[in-house]
Amino acid sequence: MPKLVIDDQEIEVPEGMTVLQAAEMLGIEIPIFCYHPKLSIAGNCRMCLVEMEKSPKPIASCAMPASEGMVIRTQTPMVKKARQGVLEFLLINHPLDCPICDQGGECDLQDITMAYGADSSRFEFNKRAVPDKEFGPLIETAMNRCIHCTRCIRFASEVAGVPELGATGRGEDMEIGTYIEKTITSELSGNMIDICPVGALTSKPYNFRGRSWELSGTPSIDVFDAVGCSIRIDTRGREVMRILPRQNDEVNEEWISDKSRFAYDGLKYQRLDRPYVRGKDGLLSPVTWDEAFLAITERLHHVPGDHVAAIVGDMADAEAMVVLKDLMTAIGSPHMDCRQDGSQVGEGPRCSYLFNTTIAGIERADFCLLVGTNPRWEAPLINARIRKNYLSTGLPIAMIGPSHDLGYPVNFLGNDPFILEKILKGRNPISSALKAAAFPMMIVGEEALRRKDGSIILSLARQIADKYGFVYKTKPQDHWNGFNVLHTAASRVGGLDLGFLPDPKGYTAKEILKAATRKKIEVVYLLGADEIDMSALKSTFVIYQGHHGDRGAAIADVILPGAAYTEKSGTYVNTEGRVQRGLKASSPPGEAKEDWKIIRALSEKLGIQLPYNTIEDVRSRLVKVNPLFDELDKVQRAKWVEFNKEGDLSPEPFKSIIENFYMTDSISRHSITMAKCTREILGREA
Amino acid sequence: MIKENDRIFTNLYGIEDWRLKGAKKRGDWDNTKNLIQQGQAWIIQEVMTSCLRGRGGAGFPTGRKWSFMPKDDGVTPRYLIINADESEPGTCKDRDILRFEPHKLVEGALLSGFAIGAHTGYVYIRGEFYREAEHLEAAINEAYEAGLLGKNAANSGWDFDLYVHRGAGAYICGEETALLESLEGRKGMPRLKPPFPAVVGLYGCPTIINNVETIAVVPTILRRGGAWFAGIGTSDSTGTKIYCISGHVNTPCNVEEEMGIPLKELIEKYGGGVRGGWDNLLAVIPGGSSVPLLPKNICETVLMDFASLAQVKSALGTAGIIVMDKSTDIVRAIARLSKFYMHESCGQCTPCREGTGWMWRMLTRLADGIGTVEDIDRLEEVTYEVEGHTICALGDAAAWPVQGLIRHFRSEIERRLNVQQVA
Repeated sequence: MPKLVIDDQEIEVPEGMTVLQAAEMLGIEIPIFCYHPKLSIAGNCRMCLVEMEKSPKPIASCAMPASEGMVIRTQTPMVKKARQGVLEFLLINHPLDCPICDQGGECDLQDITMAYGADSSRFEFNKRAVPDKEFGPLIETAMNRCIHCTRCIRFASEVAGVPELGATGRGEDMEIGTYIEKTITSELSGNMIDICPVGALTSKPYNFRGRSWELSGTPSIDVFDAVGCSIRIDTRGREVMRILPRQNDEVNEEWISDKSRFAYDGLKYQRLDRPYVRGKDGLLSPVTWDEAFLAITERLHHVPGDHVAAIVGDMADAEAMVVLKDLMTAIGSPHMDCRQDGSQVGEGPRCSYLFNTTIAGIERADFCLLVGTNPRWEAPLINARIRKNYLSTGLPIAMIGPSHDLGYPVNFLGNDPFILEKILKGRNPISSALKAAAFPMMIVGEEALRRKDGSIILSLARQIADKYGFVYKTKPQDHWNGFNVLHTAASRVGGLDLGFLPDPKGYTAKEILKAATRKKIEVVYLLGADEIDMSALKSTFVIYQGHHGDRGAAIADVILPGAAYTEKSGTYVNTEGRVQRGLKASSPPGEAKEDWKIIRALSEKLGIQLPYNTIEDVRSRLVKVNPLFDELDKVQRAKWVEFNKEGDLSPEPFKSIIENFYMTDSISRHSITMAKCTREILGREA
Repeated sequence: MIKENDRIFTNLYGIEDWRLKGAKKRGDWDNTKNLIQQGQAWIIQEVMTSCLRGRGGAGFPTGRKWSFMPKDDGVTPRYLIINADESEPGTCKDRDILRFEPHKLVEGALLSGFAIGAHTGYVYIRGEFYREAEHLEAAINEAYEAGLLGKNAANSGWDFDLYVHRGAGAYICGEETALLESLEGRKGMPRLKPPFPAVVGLYGCPTIINNVETIAVVPTILRRGGAWFAGIGTSDSTGTKIYCISGHVNTPCNVEEEMGIPLKELIEKYGGGVRGGWDNLLAVIPGGSSVPLLPKNICETVLMDFASLAQVKSALGTAGIIVMDKSTDIVRAIARLSKFYMHESCGQCTPCREGTGWMWRMLTRLADGIGTVEDIDRLEEVTYEVEGHTICALGDAAAWPVQGLIRHFRSEIERRLNVQQVA
């Protein structure tokens, strides 16, 4: 632990820390451009120069390891002059077009110039002009503004794993670009906009739409996958203007995927903003809330309770689910399921359906086995963590399933479920590596779980985990659990934790659809469920509650317009089992209402009247159903208990479950930006 | 004055055979085995005793650099790299060593490689040195055939391989860490220091990088003893050095002379005098284009060694002496050097990327007599904003010539501004 002195204050810091980090610990601010805590050190902007005793030249504090006996000064005339000089150099070729720059108001160069810059320019020559680059549908470039900090290059090659960016040219002709003009193919490319300290890379969909000081930010949780990234929703009035990541080192660090960031324009199109009822002519016509409820109550009065079923979709909040569950129970229906995709997971104990290692825990792993999953598309931020571990420790990664390009080298074992049996029997080349690993982890994905034999594969995975020591106690307080299930739906773990599952005599989602064709089910309540086979519900009375006129609304008999995730305060449980809550950033359009309220109102019309009137009441109900909901933002570790299901494996190979990363749900399917990504990045018809 | 038998590079002018046979006649490869058998510590000690300072420009003591190598763990490979990317304007000494004395370099590589525990050496040679690379490759092939390189090199029991890597012609790749980047196959951009290459160098392994001339004198130092070398020159700058005299002299040449010889003597005796006589001298750049120039009055007396030149705010650098007589447009000359540094800046760090171009633009304007006296002050300020604030020394190298110009020829710049104003 070296001790050093910065501005006459002594501090002891852990080995390997830089002078800049040590100064930060003391609360001493040093201006930076190229340094970023999550990227490698470049030391090229020279803004962080400080004076070091016994060194004739100032040193770059971001790159200098703090060592014993150093004496650093950050406020001397020499440092001041150096900073002023560097800033002057950065500005001489910077266009100073702040009034028309989207970065204006949240620009590092602006802020630092305010603090350290001169009042006027001494540069009397023409400024350099740099041709703009075309990086695809998400990133707008204004390369005149570039200060060559290389953060974007380092992000692309380190975090995103797509070494597509680089610098060409030399000296003042140096340009950042893709060598040959091409679209950046990373699912995390939007983060380059955030880390760009100036306005060289800005958001294309947000281009010239607003100024940062007009927006109000609301902390929320992302619902496009089961990672539950922390996001900030920036709104102006009722309109969502953009979505940014919030730092959360346990989940998403400071990144979010491009879908989470850019699909928000889907919130403006195809919205259900008033109730509809299908008339005798077979057409949907707008009605009042009362008329819609009347249509439902009339129908439900003629149907026995066990002929009613409910399926919830991938973006439902826990509040709506618990209210719907209570309603179904009150009606007397045992048929409800939160797994619209037919995933064979969740009937067992909690440890059998969680990402037990936790996302931050991935960094400790020393072996990773992927079973039927494409984390790059199913959970880009979990993929980024795996890559982070690979970069720092060389983590060996093996994979069973369709071969996907994950951005790091993978030992592809084959696409055959029987490989799992071989591993279990110690007859696979990776068996010895698994035995030797101290922190092995395995991720079982939906490609495996949605199969008919999903639960059998899950049991096999568990046996492998037991055999190779994936789960054990290290220290009294410290567990290692390397058994993970990777969900793709934001609502899934919450639904499972609430028991939104069929009763013993109830039907699963798939069985509900089958029963509907046999008239065993006459009314189906779809809470945002769009990813099911709608043709099975042709002769069923369908109540669709959701926010988009998507697949479910198309066949519905009654449409109840709900709120999208930005328009309600909702609780979500991510794939780790972390309970998180997002706040309401804007209001639902037209007559649409928050989802729990709709169901609560319906219950009253049905003469059941569920016993809660406020969102707080609903949340106490959540805690009553499962005490886990009492503690936010923390992972409640699941006890490692027995689960097992015997059966035969099917020899069928695993199939990819996501065909198009950019369009997976009712919001992203209606996003123009996502359609552009599909066309330009994936080269497919949207 | 150097004694005739103290010369190390006896074939500097290529009069004799440069191949192995000729080199052996001149004493190269003479019982190299014996030198190696004295052990690594002995070699490093002799080099320390000789007080040899690096000949690439910075003048860092070679023995000290070698002693920075971490202890050999027996696993991590170590590398010797010879920097033959001689691109400094006004400098052409390494080129003649490569042409006419390549075996001195090859033998020096083996001895130095052994001393630092390296089994592999690379010669990073400037891309434009095409014929020179051919000579060097031929010399290396001869050495391999004669068993002087490769397994059990020169029967010493030490394995040593030497490879030639041709650069693509970037000045910055002569900076040692940019050279490493280039050698590893990346864009030649200097690395941050620390860590220094002696600890984390080529492919992350301990690496020593030395100039061609430094390595080429090692065999002679070992044969004749460090004390012999230390006895030549001044206490601070020992030994002999190849000076490159170019510009407005009657007989431009390379010459090996003692350290600390008067500049005037070099020019008069070897350069055949300044064109038009000594009184026609305007200024001299004494150490390659990156050091500040010296006006005539300093040139009268200054000695060519590290300390004396530092005292007059210049530097020995590579000892590339550029002589300029009174026909020279001195402002335009330095502006041309500024353009060179702008062109060769790698663009990685801010002060050099932005500052070199700015300096060149301002200086070009001043050369045309456009501007005001304040512009000179501004230019000088900008040079100090670049100097010492960059990752590598190229920023300093771009700033120094301009500082030298303003220090000694400010009146000339001001005169032009006045002429322009009157007109």
